[in-house]
Amino acid sequence: MKIEILYPEVANLFGDMSNVKYLRLCLPEAEFIETSLQAEPAFVRERVDMIYLGAMSESGQRRVINHLMPHVEILKQRMEDGVVMLATGNAMEVFFQSINFKGEPPVEGLSVFDFMANGNFRGRYNGLVLGTFEGIELIGFKTQFTRAHGDNAENAFFKVERGMGMHERNPMEGLHVHNFFGTYLVGPFLMLNPLFTEYLLKLLGVENPQLAFREEVMAAYEKRLTEFHDSNVAFEY
Amino acid sequence: MAKSMRCMLAIWTAKCLRKGLQVLGRNGTHLPGVMALRICPDLLAQIEKPQTIIGVTGTNGKTTVSNLIGDILQANGIDYVDNRFGSNIDTGITTALIGNLTASGKLRKNLAVLEIDERMTPRILPHVHLDFLVVTNLFRDSYKRNAHAEFITDILEQTISDDTTLVLNAEDLISSHLKQQNARCYFGLTAENLPVADRENIIQDMRFCPVCETPLVFDLRRYHHIGKAHCPNCDYGSYEADFAASAVDYDTMKVTISNHGEAESYHLIGRNMTDLYNETAAAAVLRSYGLTYEQVEKGLASAHIVESRFGEIEAGRHKIIMNLAKGQNPIACSRVFDFIRQQPGKKAVLIMIDDHDDNKYSSENIAWLFDADFEYLADESITQVIVGGGRHHDFRMRLRLAGLEPERIFSSEQPLETPELLVPDQCDTVVVLYDLYTYDESIAVRDKLKTMLSEGNAE
Repeated sequence: MKIEILYPEVANLFGDMSNVKYLRLCLPEAEFIETSLQAEPAFVRERVDMIYLGAMSESGQRRVINHLMPHVEILKQRMEDGVVMLATGNAMEVFFQSINFKGEPPVEGLSVFDFMANGNFRGRYNGLVLGTFEGIELIGFKTQFTRAHGDNAENAFFKVERGMGMHERNPMEGLHVHNFFGTYLVGPFLMLNPLFTEYLLKLLGVENPQLAFREEVMAAYEKRLTEFHDSNVAFEY
Repeated sequence: MAKSMRCMLAIWTAKCLRKGLQVLGRNGTHLPGVMALRICPDLLAQIEKPQTIIGVTGTNGKTTVSNLIGDILQANGIDYVDNRFGSNIDTGITTALIGNLTASGKLRKNLAVLEIDERMTPRILPHVHLDFLVVTNLFRDSYKRNAHAEFITDILEQTISDDTTLVLNAEDLISSHLKQQNARCYFGLTAENLPVADRENIIQDMRFCPVCETPLVFDLRRYHHIGKAHCPNCDYGSYEADFAASAVDYDTMKVTISNHGEAESYHLIGRNMTDLYNETAAAAVLRSYGLTYEQVEKGLASAHIVESRFGEIEAGRHKIIMNLAKGQNPIACSRVFDFIRQQPGKKAVLIMIDDHDDNKYSSENIAWLFDADFEYLADESITQVIVGGGRHHDFRMRLRLAGLEPERIFSSEQPLETPELLVPDQCDTVVVLYDLYTYDESIAVRDKLKTMLSEGNAE
């Protein structure tokens, strides 16, 4: 099994690289390919099983878009072929049509999805999210300048029960197209959501997924679920 | 500049409020500024400010550097105003500057030393002209407020005045490149007996050349991106230090700082490498401001790291170290974890750094735990890691990811119960890590540990 980590020198904010570290422990036999800005992505020359892209700065987004743009058609093909892809935080925006910040020139994205990200450096959103994906309760954290605009009614990653989805009036979060999963949630997403991680491992062909230190991640998950269901817990900081 | 009636009303209100709060036994360093800015939002622009202002900002070390500068000035009888006991945002700085005015709005002191939160500079620097600005370093910090290092760098780039003289860390590739046209001097460490990183930290905010994207070559790495680096493909890289700690003697607690090539010997204020950066920064700005070597040395000779941040006590055969580890600041925590690892003997670590505000009303975003190098605590010299607080399950998860076996991890919902989980026979030193929020609890834990260990040792 091959798992490609795109541009870890750029896409490593908000603890997102812990997802890679955890995957390595859960998939000790897998080969992990870390692709730098200096290299051509592995998915261009071969079919990898999974691609991961983490959160990054706004200039990082521009760099990543520039590097992926020549390979966007093959990226789309891999997506249609069912390659598992996970984009966390603002990594998802790289696949949008554009990223627009107030007072700044718009940035053209890879246009894989018919979405726009609009942001303002003066208004940072910080909040919690509780949602449901195929019967699995998902939890996590958002910290971002942008809101995403577009129609994901049919291809959202999950429905938000508490917290913000793509924007304040859209309770559907992220994108799920073929095996592409995109979400604004940041940090140790896979450890925070062990049941989803087991789902993801099955998607990668692991028949009997063995999560690393499952007891500890499940205890943290259950504690957080209890908190997130507590009506006294505020969902925005 | 003529002051409006509203400005004068704001000043008087703040002064009265501060007096009232002080009568009630409080510092009164925040609320008066809040009220004053509410009455007169452009107060900072209107009030008279000292003729010379030294600012200190950066991700880590700004409080220590500000306090050191103040200590040195005070030791030399130089009158100044500061925000040492107040906040480092616009309200705290407003309170400090109002405190420096007479009832009629006239200046009392003509020198100020202001610690300034880097995120808050847009509210402060347009109105408060800095003659000198020390930038200790820039890293990613609180995700909520500071987003990432580039965001803060851009803010500073836009808000620092073109005629402010910068005192910058030569070994920080981020802050050292700020405001290229400004007058500047650099501080750094060149002594050969200082530690270098023996592993790569999780956070590396400078991995590649921002000009040509070539991976940077680190000729020397102290921690994270702090060190000496160059781009093998273009001329981007670190600067040479004008004020360089060129020799350090921990036996005599002396440091030699090369000031543009001239050796100056100073008392060393601490054993930690970050203390050395902070001391060199303070010496650099004050020597640049015009203090003599003798004046700076006189101040440093009596300076020390404030006890609310670091302290040591003996408890029988055990040592208890109290160390501030700011929660939600992965760099600060990583530095402390590395420091603990390097201490001699076997260590047990008590961690109580849950975020008070987040957990009171909401649920803390614990992503920052995964940017902090808990891997240092997997060192075999660490016998136990004991976590106290509501987030202990998250810490357990993080410690397991760092490679600690379950047998070394202990936890309790209640920080005050953590001493009971300690196995004293296994360790020589107990390190208590606390946040500013948990200081009072940490003192109670320390006292409990002291009693327990002293009695245990007596038996």
